[in-house]
Amino acid sequence: MNHAGIPEGRFSRRDWLLTSLAAATASRFTGCQQVVAGLTGDLLKPGMTLGHQLRDHSLEAGEAIDATNANLDSDGSVRNVEVAIVGAGIAGLSAAWQLKRSGLSSFRIFELEQVAGGTSRSGTCDVTEFPWGAHYVPLPDVSNTDLVTLFREMLAVQVTEGDRTLIAVEGVSCREPHERLFVNGEWLDDLYPRSIATESDLKEWSRFREIVSRWIDWRDAHGNRAFVIPVAHCSQDPDVLKLDQITAAAWLSEQGFSSQPLLWLVDYCCRDDYGLTIEQTSAWAMMFYFASRLKNSGDSEPALLTWSAGNGAIVQHLSSQFSEKIETSRPVIRIIPGDGRSDQQSVIHVWNPDSDSKETWTARHVIFAAPQFLTPHVLADQPTERIESVRRFQYGAWVVANLHLSKRPASAGAPLSWDNVIYRSDYLGYIVATHQVGSDFGPTVLTWYYPLCDPLPSEDRKRLLAATWEQWAEVILQDLRPVHPDLGECLSKLDVLFWGHAMIQPRPGFIWGSDRPLAAEPVGNVHFAGTDLSGLALMEEAFYHGVRAANEVMAARENSASAGAAK
Amino acid sequence: MDRAPLFLLYLNVLIVATCGLIYELLAGTLASYLLGDSVTQFSLVIGLYLSAMGVGAWLSKYITRQLAACFIEVELAVAMVGGFSAPLLFVAFGAIDWFRPLLFGMVFVIGTLVGLELPLLMRILKEHVDFDDLVSRVLTFDYIGALLASLMFPILLVPSLGLVRTSLVFGILNAAVGIWGSFLLRPLMTARRAGGLRGRGVLIIGLLTAGIVKADTLTRYSEEQQLSASIVYAETSPYQRILITKNRTGFQLFLNGHLQFNSTDEYRYHEALTHPPMSAVNTPKRILVLGGGDGLAVREVLKHPSVEQVSLVDLDPSMTTLADRFPPLADLSQQALSDPRVKVINSDAFVWAGQQTGEPFDVILIDFPDPSSFSVGKLYTSYFYRRIHRLLADDGRIGIQCTSPLVAPQSYWCILNTMEDAGFHVQPYHASVPTFGIWGFALASKFPLESEPILAEDLRQPLRFLNSRTMSTLFSMPNDLTRHDSEVNRLNNQALVQYYEQEWRLLE
Ligand SMILES: Cc1cc2nc3c(=O)[nH]c(=O)nc-3n(C[C@H](O)[C@H](O)[C@H](O)COP(=O)(O)OP(=O)(O)OC[C@H]3O[C@@H](n4cnc5c(N)ncnc54)[C@H](O)[C@@H]3O)c2cc1C
Repeated sequence: MNHAGIPEGRFSRRDWLLTSLAAATASRFTGCQQVVAGLTGDLLKPGMTLGHQLRDHSLEAGEAIDATNANLDSDGSVRNVEVAIVGAGIAGLSAAWQLKRSGLSSFRIFELEQVAGGTSRSGTCDVTEFPWGAHYVPLPDVSNTDLVTLFREMLAVQVTEGDRTLIAVEGVSCREPHERLFVNGEWLDDLYPRSIATESDLKEWSRFREIVSRWIDWRDAHGNRAFVIPVAHCSQDPDVLKLDQITAAAWLSEQGFSSQPLLWLVDYCCRDDYGLTIEQTSAWAMMFYFASRLKNSGDSEPALLTWSAGNGAIVQHLSSQFSEKIETSRPVIRIIPGDGRSDQQSVIHVWNPDSDSKETWTARHVIFAAPQFLTPHVLADQPTERIESVRRFQYGAWVVANLHLSKRPASAGAPLSWDNVIYRSDYLGYIVATHQVGSDFGPTVLTWYYPLCDPLPSEDRKRLLAATWEQWAEVILQDLRPVHPDLGECLSKLDVLFWGHAMIQPRPGFIWGSDRPLAAEPVGNVHFAGTDLSGLALMEEAFYHGVRAANEVMAARENSASAGAAK
Repeated sequence: MDRAPLFLLYLNVLIVATCGLIYELLAGTLASYLLGDSVTQFSLVIGLYLSAMGVGAWLSKYITRQLAACFIEVELAVAMVGGFSAPLLFVAFGAIDWFRPLLFGMVFVIGTLVGLELPLLMRILKEHVDFDDLVSRVLTFDYIGALLASLMFPILLVPSLGLVRTSLVFGILNAAVGIWGSFLLRPLMTARRAGGLRGRGVLIIGLLTAGIVKADTLTRYSEEQQLSASIVYAETSPYQRILITKNRTGFQLFLNGHLQFNSTDEYRYHEALTHPPMSAVNTPKRILVLGGGDGLAVREVLKHPSVEQVSLVDLDPSMTTLADRFPPLADLSQQALSDPRVKVINSDAFVWAGQQTGEPFDVILIDFPDPSSFSVGKLYTSYFYRRIHRLLADDGRIGIQCTSPLVAPQSYWCILNTMEDAGFHVQPYHASVPTFGIWGFALASKFPLESEPILAEDLRQPLRFLNSRTMSTLFSMPNDLTRHDSEVNRLNNQALVQYYEQEWRLLE
């Protein structure tokens, strides 16, 4: 790997974060207040407590599976449902949506958290709704028919009368100005730092885009595209797959790229979409980011669908169709799969924290739509090679903060945009929740993102996990103060959310290795959904797997019905 | 002192003279930029500057000891005051009410300091040089310096550096010459004094350099104020900069540097905006005015006796209460916003329109500033017009200002095409407003319109511009105002902001 190609300052990132945290701690002890006086907020850690309890106390604690009692509730009763869905993230909700569309309404969704949505959840305050994670989806291609159906339901897309092309509905399509970049003391529109690019930088930038264009137009012998959403429809031609063997950084240096603005931009995109640096991201995943959204290189960039609540709007739309079937604060702690051939049902143990007791459910089918890393702790009777594969799924942590502002901070240059990025910051910048409703003045909420990309020794990881609200607040303000010196005056509340296993990581070899397909195979009558099965954390992928798992269930039912009829 | 340093001292004179004249030119240019009326400003600045130099020359006789050190002190002082003059004046202009005293005070101080320089220098040198020779050389270099400055200033400095940077750069040059002088005249002062002077010189250069780094922010902040009339009112609200200038004929309102109206001919604009749609409805009762916080469109609305209720939605409370703080506007608007029928709503019309569910309006007047930024551009999108469509009664009418169809045809037609896309039937019309030139409007309705409206007869006050004959001429579009194709202005393309910028830039 070519280290010359690495943006300067890269190696200091982790140290910088740890130093900031340390500084914030020190300032607390020395009593010198750095965080804005009177500023309050919460530090949230979804899934952590229950998740850890689950890991530490369920199957691994060696609780014997008592065949006679397995079907009994703490109070001795058993509830039954046709399909049990584990997890109310986009994948679980999409599965339910597809079941309902297919005419099956006897299902339940069990969700660990108090709210549905998973990493696409949103929050709300007097001023606006705002995302806590996922915040946009690019306009899908017409060929992605299920997704198009969903977005048509949501009135987010429409088909034009004349040439019947799919367009994003005004108001959902991201409003101009989309994005701006803070570079050399002022905000400029567009993410590529043109103002500091030299002639040779620009040459590399256009050469890079030519390569991307070539990949967009590339077709294999069967006419399949190299990069297309969902990942399952991508060409598996060795010419494309070999990109998955190396890192994005290695690919960039192989191609002779060394322009700092270019490397920064590509690195930014990888961190933004995958939570990985270019040294960690598979070159295939990097190219997927740039090439999967256009069918032909001549097409204009697709619109971005976005809402104040971010993808929380999708969660709300889906949940509203079957809200009575979503059981929140109901973590599934164990699944004993039925064998899938006979009529044997799966048994599901659900924890009820209100009564501090266990509920038992039986279901003819299970759709497991929570992250795979939980399956070794939850799912009984799985083949050991599946467990080994799943252990190779790696997830990255993210920190998301919502900054509640009483007014907009001043800024020099391009106006406040939907996405606001600081050149060479260790963090990703922020998006503006009120952008989509068209309010340009007064109070708003900024959502600030930070993927923890650096491999952390477990000591440091512990320190990060133990970091307090004050420490995070200081880190965030240190990032934003230089670009908004008046931020302190505008800020009324700052909430921080720490996502432990937020995103599946597309490191080299993972997407096109053997672990992913193995994990997607049903175990008995348990089917799997979840974006991690794609190797990329994207709404479209979570949706794809949710719908796919629902279709598998429907097909299995048809099979058993026809088998029954044959008998 | 030997000859080499002597020659260098003449060079010193040259630079000092150049710097002196540059500060004078800067002050003159700045005064005419900011206060307008350049002949008056320039002659005032030059007169004051020259007389201040006289004062300086006269004061020089009171300096009797440590001439060399004093000379350097003066140079450093000139560097500091002169170097920071332009940035300071620019910033002060928006922030203080006593701008003129400050400006002329600074001109006087700089003039006095510069006036001290040459007499002091000549007295220092007269010990070492033949007096005739001295006078002739010093004055020669002085005048050459003046020539250099007057040539460089318009040709090189203003175009490439701008006023603020020129000022700072010459301050640095001046301070550097001061430091250099402390070496040349070293034999004439104590080591401590020389060291002290150099230290201060370096500090001043540091400060001025920091100024150069920040210069962009400064000019941006002040550019909006470079208007060519005298300013009688200035206020920065959270939303915009409000400025009123005044000349012999009337007063003018600027928002963020864009002229909104001129009191001498605004009636043409507001009558043309208001009366066609108001006349097209039988008995207009409920009226909505979007933008137009100056109350001038509301003034026209209230001339129709059937009006029962007017809602005015304007973002900025500072605009809708401006008449309280600037009485000439209260007179001009006939206190329209204080009329009991008028309800003022301070909110973003885009957001407000999305929240309304009540009774529809008979007439909606849309009087936003021109679409020069995204936050205004959104108020011209098909999305916004669809929201407005819901607020209009079925037989209601909309009157809208749409920039100049002559200067910015693409922008003008983009607005009309966008309204059509949102489901309106639109009639273009125009009026001539001397301050703006040919100005464009449109009349919109939910159903097709056959003919242009006939001016209502029962108005409470006579109009100054429109009568029943002129009204129909507004609707006949001459050959140079015919329809242009354009994209539809949408939230996600903001095509209009781009058209507008391109078309108006051609004029600059
Ligand atoms: C910070 C961040 C920003 C992102 N931004 C975007 C974006 O802009 N666009 C985009 O397309 N994607 C984005 N993503 C990716 C996002 O993860 C996917 O879009 C999608 O939401 C993943 O959905 P999922 O259902 O597969 O997984 P998850 O969202 O992880 O949902 C899993 C659900 O299962 C629940 N669960 C876990 N264990 C149990 C249990 N034992 N019992 C019951 N329930 C359980 C969890 O609480 C959770 O609700 C982002 C992700 C993060 C973290």
